[in-house]
Amino acid sequence: MSGVDQAAPGGTTTARGASPTAVPLAGATAPAGARGGREAYDSGRRWEFLYFAVRNKKLLLGLGVEIIFVLAAIIGPYFAPYPAKEFVAAAALHPSSQHLLGTTYFGQDVFSLLLDSLRESYLVGFLGAAFAGLIGLAIGFVAGWRGGWLDEVLQTLTYIVVMIPSLVLLIVIGAYLKSHSAFFEGVFIGVTTWPWVARAVRAQTFTLRQRDFVDLARLSGKRGPAIVLKDIAPNMASYILLAFILLFGSSMLIAVNYDFLGLGPTNGISLGDMLNLAELWSGLQLHMWWWFIPPGAVMTLMVAALLVANVGLDEVFNPKLRET
Amino acid sequence: MSLSVENLRIAYRTLRGDVQAVDGVTFAVADREIMGLAGESGCGKSTLGNSLIFIEGRMKHVGGTVELDGKALPISDDRAMNHHRMRDVSIIPQYAMSALNPTKKVGTLAHDLLKSRGMKLAKVLPEFRRRVALVGLPENVLEMYPFELSGGMRQRATMVISTLLNPSLLIADEVTSALDVSNQRAVGELLTEFRDLGYVKSMIVITHDLSILAQIADTIMVMYAGKLTEKASASTMIDKPLHPYTQALLSSLPEVGVRYEDRELTGIPGRPPSLLSPPPGCRFRERCPFAYDKCVEDPPFMELLPGHQVACWKAADDVAGGAGREHNEASATPSGGAGDASPERGPSLGARAGKGAE
Amino acid sequence: MLELDKVSKLYRSGTFGGDFKPALRQVSFDIDRGEVVSLIGESGSGKSTLGKIVLHLVPASGGRVSFEGADVMQKKGRELHEYYRQVQGVFQDPFSSYNPLYKADRVFEMVRQEYFRDMAKDAWQAKVETALETVTLNPADVLNKFPHQLSGGQQQRLLVARALLLDVRLLIADEIISMLDASTRVDVLNMLVSLKRRGLGILFITHDLSLGNYISDKTVILRHGAVVEMGETQKVFGNPQHRYTKSLLTAVPQLHKKWAPFDWSVNASAVPASNGSPTLAPSTPPGAGQPAEAKRYSKSSLSPLHGAKEEVGAARGTHAVRAGAVLAEDAPSGPRPSLMEMEGGRWQRRRRRATLTEVLAESAPPPLVECEPGHLVAIEK
Repeated sequence: MSGVDQAAPGGTTTARGASPTAVPLAGATAPAGARGGREAYDSGRRWEFLYFAVRNKKLLLGLGVEIIFVLAAIIGPYFAPYPAKEFVAAAALHPSSQHLLGTTYFGQDVFSLLLDSLRESYLVGFLGAAFAGLIGLAIGFVAGWRGGWLDEVLQTLTYIVVMIPSLVLLIVIGAYLKSHSAFFEGVFIGVTTWPWVARAVRAQTFTLRQRDFVDLARLSGKRGPAIVLKDIAPNMASYILLAFILLFGSSMLIAVNYDFLGLGPTNGISLGDMLNLAELWSGLQLHMWWWFIPPGAVMTLMVAALLVANVGLDEVFNPKLRET
Repeated sequence: MSLSVENLRIAYRTLRGDVQAVDGVTFAVADREIMGLAGESGCGKSTLGNSLIFIEGRMKHVGGTVELDGKALPISDDRAMNHHRMRDVSIIPQYAMSALNPTKKVGTLAHDLLKSRGMKLAKVLPEFRRRVALVGLPENVLEMYPFELSGGMRQRATMVISTLLNPSLLIADEVTSALDVSNQRAVGELLTEFRDLGYVKSMIVITHDLSILAQIADTIMVMYAGKLTEKASASTMIDKPLHPYTQALLSSLPEVGVRYEDRELTGIPGRPPSLLSPPPGCRFRERCPFAYDKCVEDPPFMELLPGHQVACWKAADDVAGGAGREHNEASATPSGGAGDASPERGPSLGARAGKGAE
Repeated sequence: MLELDKVSKLYRSGTFGGDFKPALRQVSFDIDRGEVVSLIGESGSGKSTLGKIVLHLVPASGGRVSFEGADVMQKKGRELHEYYRQVQGVFQDPFSSYNPLYKADRVFEMVRQEYFRDMAKDAWQAKVETALETVTLNPADVLNKFPHQLSGGQQQRLLVARALLLDVRLLIADEIISMLDASTRVDVLNMLVSLKRRGLGILFITHDLSLGNYISDKTVILRHGAVVEMGETQKVFGNPQHRYTKSLLTAVPQLHKKWAPFDWSVNASAVPASNGSPTLAPSTPPGAGQPAEAKRYSKSSLSPLHGAKEEVGAARGTHAVRAGAVLAEDAPSGPRPSLMEMEGGRWQRRRRRATLTEVLAESAPPPLVECEPGHLVAIEK
């Protein structure tokens, strides 16, 4: 039988770490060539994902861009050429070596503003995504796994939240709170946007729990929560990540809306604030492109990088995608 | 001669290089013949069937010619083939039952298909209804959605649709494998009936199930790892196979009436070779209990007995030697003869099984 | 060892889940140690549901499943955990039995985490290797591989090996070889035989009569959720009594025997849905939707069939009748009209929905009688 082994090309090491090509004759089965030289790196499951992760260009690119922005948000303000909110120069200066991205209508340095606002937009985006994600996942998993009356109760709750007009709610709350922070805004967005995550997670849990491997996990004595976490959730990992990314982006965008209506945080400045100010003070009409394009481009890049990273991660998590 | 295929080679493009799924295949199907094409998954039988009607993106026509009713079939020219599809060559694809678009009624599906061939459903409607009734489908099946039909009904519906234009050649790819026994029988008998009624001139029935072929096929052709290994009339193939692969395959089939305590069947140890870089010589060599030094040479697909083609050096020797003839007959009769043959074959197979498991 | 006593299962169906559809009707039989019982039925016969009920994956609607005298359905928590130490299952689709994200041998790891937490690594390794040897797998071939790198036969044998790691005494094998190639099928079958010789009880669920016949000591033939014939395998296959069993046997393709002509019209009368025969029909109340369905199909299908018989059937003998029989078998199990039903050719509002107990009582199958020792058959008209 050793001849078969030698004939199978999977046995030879290749640059990509011997991802064996399933001979596409039998459809799903990979009758031959399925012997890999994986042992070289096989010292544990976690390392294996890492092995593929560091070799995935999309993931590296997306993550790289994202890390640059995060770093800029965290340490950027300390290195900013000018204090962000101070009026440091003449108004409406074109970009120059003095002011990398020019100045606003009021004479603020756009580059410094940008660095400062990154932080707040990230904070609101992250909090919104985290809260919406956690609530949505918890409710989706419980409803999808347990089913029955609990599912119906949770479904009803989901629909109620969908129907609450969040803007009105925010106005009402805003009337009672004297001032609120970016933290509050993030949590508020999270608590009002989880339903679509919950519904999608519930539907996927429903489908996945009918798979044989879930039955097999039950036959192995595993309990519900462990099965959901170990067998069902990882199969949705890329979806969860995608949802998180979309929530991240949408939280930032929703924050822009709130900021625009004066319902945003009473202190600080975000990318949304920058856009709004540029809009309010006719940045567009005055052709001050350096005022509104950078924050818009940065937000687009931030979300796009996350999406590219997501595609890469999908390939890392799903062994079948690695092969093509 | 309805269909004749000359040295056909089809490859699959993969990232690792081309996979020779069909590697130099030559055969013919006569008018009114039902030819069974058998083999294990991955042997290239479906690729061969598909290549006669549709060479999809990943497939590549490497060489060889196909002739249907005396005219060349331009299999590698997708455009030109369009004219022949359904009219001259038709197929019941694998998984056809689940491939039906669930949002379209059966009638709409038939209509769309005919339209793509430049025909009107209305023209053939009376004939369509007649055949629907013949296969035992309700008259209003045209108004039904695929999900309203059971597996057996769907399979019969696809049969009727794909043979509406009375093609010269029908390729039936695993049409019975997902069905229950009673539906298997009904569909199998319908296939022969379609031939008898002249709806289809000749047929290639692709299946992994030799016992179905024993029921409905006139001739059986066996493929292994992209090559033809044996072709003979159905009865010869079942009762007096010459190729060791066919013999092993037949003796591994449980039949009603066979119980483990009476006769323990044996499988074939090992796996088919990778088609990415197949080893030279006979491709069954690694798993063959009779393999000897000559097998490193590629055995030609030769006609050893009238109407019986085999690609095996040993079979050729046996037939030529005459003395081997009796031996073959003895070892080839699976039900009665396996007992006689096992003293010679059993140990070697057993030894190989042990080797494979270590 | 395992006893099934009038196990029934009703699925909710209909637009608002108000209807019940019987999937299993009072199925009773038992499995002893070292015994292979094959459960044979066509798709929709409820055979897989029965396997899942025994494995406590699906609750039964009625009846009792007991293992070593204890009620399986009542088990939960610790008890269920212990039950799975002794009773295990392998399913039809090997590809779906593995979580595609993990390596195939994770199925072993899960067993270790739950049942052999304290076992030393070496001892565990040895245990795994013994189990793999029993199912004739080479550890180097299958360990540390992803599921899609293994062949179907290897995947299924790996799953059996997983069960053997436990002190398994009963194995539910649900169509475990129907997706395998002919040349590897027999190996998996023979492996089951060797397990049986070691005292394992096996419930072998299949639609393939020849496989069931090859391996089993007892055979249970299931149809529309009810047992039509059961007993020692040689008796059931050698001397089939029920028309359904006979029709199945004549339909099995054989290598050395052509399909025998079979009087399909006889079989047609044994089809409950087609003509509402009083003894065999499930005589479901309006709630089950079955009669409405039957009416719908017989109305629309039988008349053209007769027409077809006159038209083309002359040449083909009993063809149309045969097709009709198969058609009746084929009554689709898709969504059925639930709030309304056909009556007198018009859609009528249904009077009332049946309750679960009513459906359970009325879907009772025909009784089984002993036609010879160790061979039971359902009474048929």
